[in-house]
Amino acid sequence: MTTAASLEIKGLAYAYPDGTQALYGVDVTIGRGERVALLGPNGAGKTTLVLHLNGILYGGLGSVHVGGLAVDPKDKQGLREIRRRVGIVFQDPDDQLFMPTVREDVAFGPANLGVRGAELDRRVAGALSRVGMQDVADRPPQHLSFGQRRRVAVATVLAMEPEILVLDEPSSNLDPASRRELAEILLGLDVTVLMVTHDLPYAAELCPRSLILSGGVIVADGPTLELLSDEELLAAHRLELPFGFDPAIRHS
Amino acid sequence: MGAGHAHPLYRAGTSGVHGLPPQCKLVAVVAFVFAVVATPQEQMWAFGLYALLLAFVAAFARVPPGFVLRRMAIELPFVAFALLLPFVAHGPRIEVLGVGLSHSGLWSAWNILAKASLGAVAMILVGATTEPRALLLGLERLRMPALLTQIATFMLRYLDVIVGEMRRMRVARASRGFEARGFRDVTVLARSVAALFLRSYERGERVYLAMLSRGYDGRMPVLNEGTATVRQWTAAAVLPGAAALIAVASWILAP
Repeated sequence: MTTAASLEIKGLAYAYPDGTQALYGVDVTIGRGERVALLGPNGAGKTTLVLHLNGILYGGLGSVHVGGLAVDPKDKQGLREIRRRVGIVFQDPDDQLFMPTVREDVAFGPANLGVRGAELDRRVAGALSRVGMQDVADRPPQHLSFGQRRRVAVATVLAMEPEILVLDEPSSNLDPASRRELAEILLGLDVTVLMVTHDLPYAAELCPRSLILSGGVIVADGPTLELLSDEELLAAHRLELPFGFDPAIRHS
Repeated sequence: MGAGHAHPLYRAGTSGVHGLPPQCKLVAVVAFVFAVVATPQEQMWAFGLYALLLAFVAAFARVPPGFVLRRMAIELPFVAFALLLPFVAHGPRIEVLGVGLSHSGLWSAWNILAKASLGAVAMILVGATTEPRALLLGLERLRMPALLTQIATFMLRYLDVIVGEMRRMRVARASRGFEARGFRDVTVLARSVAALFLRSYERGERVYLAMLSRGYDGRMPVLNEGTATVRQWTAAAVLPGAAALIAVASWILAP
């Protein structure tokens, strides 16, 4: 199992119950310790793909393996383990942080896995210190700044000691300083990362490798700076670099 | 919890009342209310003693009288109803300032006013010395059905979020020149409420997905096990204990 890839998706296709086809056969392999950006325009199927990683959406074709374990919604025990292994940080921290205090929220995941007592306290303290938020443990989430909430949201999944950290638009709505602080935290984590975003400079900063998902298929997979230098490719999939950003400068 | 963000009902402090576990305070206040309600309305002195007991608790918890009085506004609907009774109740009437008032109606009004006020003050004191979150923990520890405490806990968590959304919608309406002028504008407000409901419903779905993603299987994990000591239960029993003595005395002394 130690040699298995963190994430292996094969031929994943999915249509919503109303008939809208969102994914048309996605193949992705992410090795242990890699940091990969999943880029794509709105409506490309990014969120649909993410919700397949821990078995919230299922029923289409293809397979997903996390650290060698297949995502199988019929296998309750297995699904619990999958949800430990895949830590999803959702875009709106107000959706992610639903408990009355930060401490209870970070404890929610590990407690569902049966962790209790001193080990639970250790996990909570460890996860909060990894995102520099140990001082707010007893505050209600609604009293934190947006940047702090996003960091706590990352801690809530780190406490589950995931195999792969999946971030949905981690830089959205952050001011520049919070954005940089979050980048520093993410760069310091020794965990496989899949980052869903259309913040291309953020992808360039954090992820050596990128995938472009467009129209329900992976249309490009390669070094981030190479993909971002390919203007035609970006333009074909409604991706654009912000004004003044030149990937070539980082390239050299 | 809640550094720098006071809840309108809560008054931070370090008194012995603040320090009691919430479940003790809840049981104490319910027992107190039962004693008050069980007291015959004619024994006015007993109600005076109850009020004195509450005043002692308030002083001990360092909750100023003004704080309690302002929050007693919650009682106003009952007061209005009680004040109506002497006018509408049947039975023999007595003349007060030239107005004929029902004798039994007067007693009923007094009964409602006295008992409701004592109950309200007791509740306000619990609220003033216990954070809303702790109250829910107390209910949980008293074996209140988990579903109910979960709903209340989520309400507490998302109240600010929903109020924030409501405020943004109001600002957006006002920014485009809307002002509620008359009854016809109610349709605009009704649509806003509908939009708010839909948004909250969708948020509920997203929160549920986030919960599932972290291994939720229908049961909330118990994260705050806190048992009260015998000492704390004893301390909490002082108020209802004294009230019970007064209630018993009021029955013995009743004609």
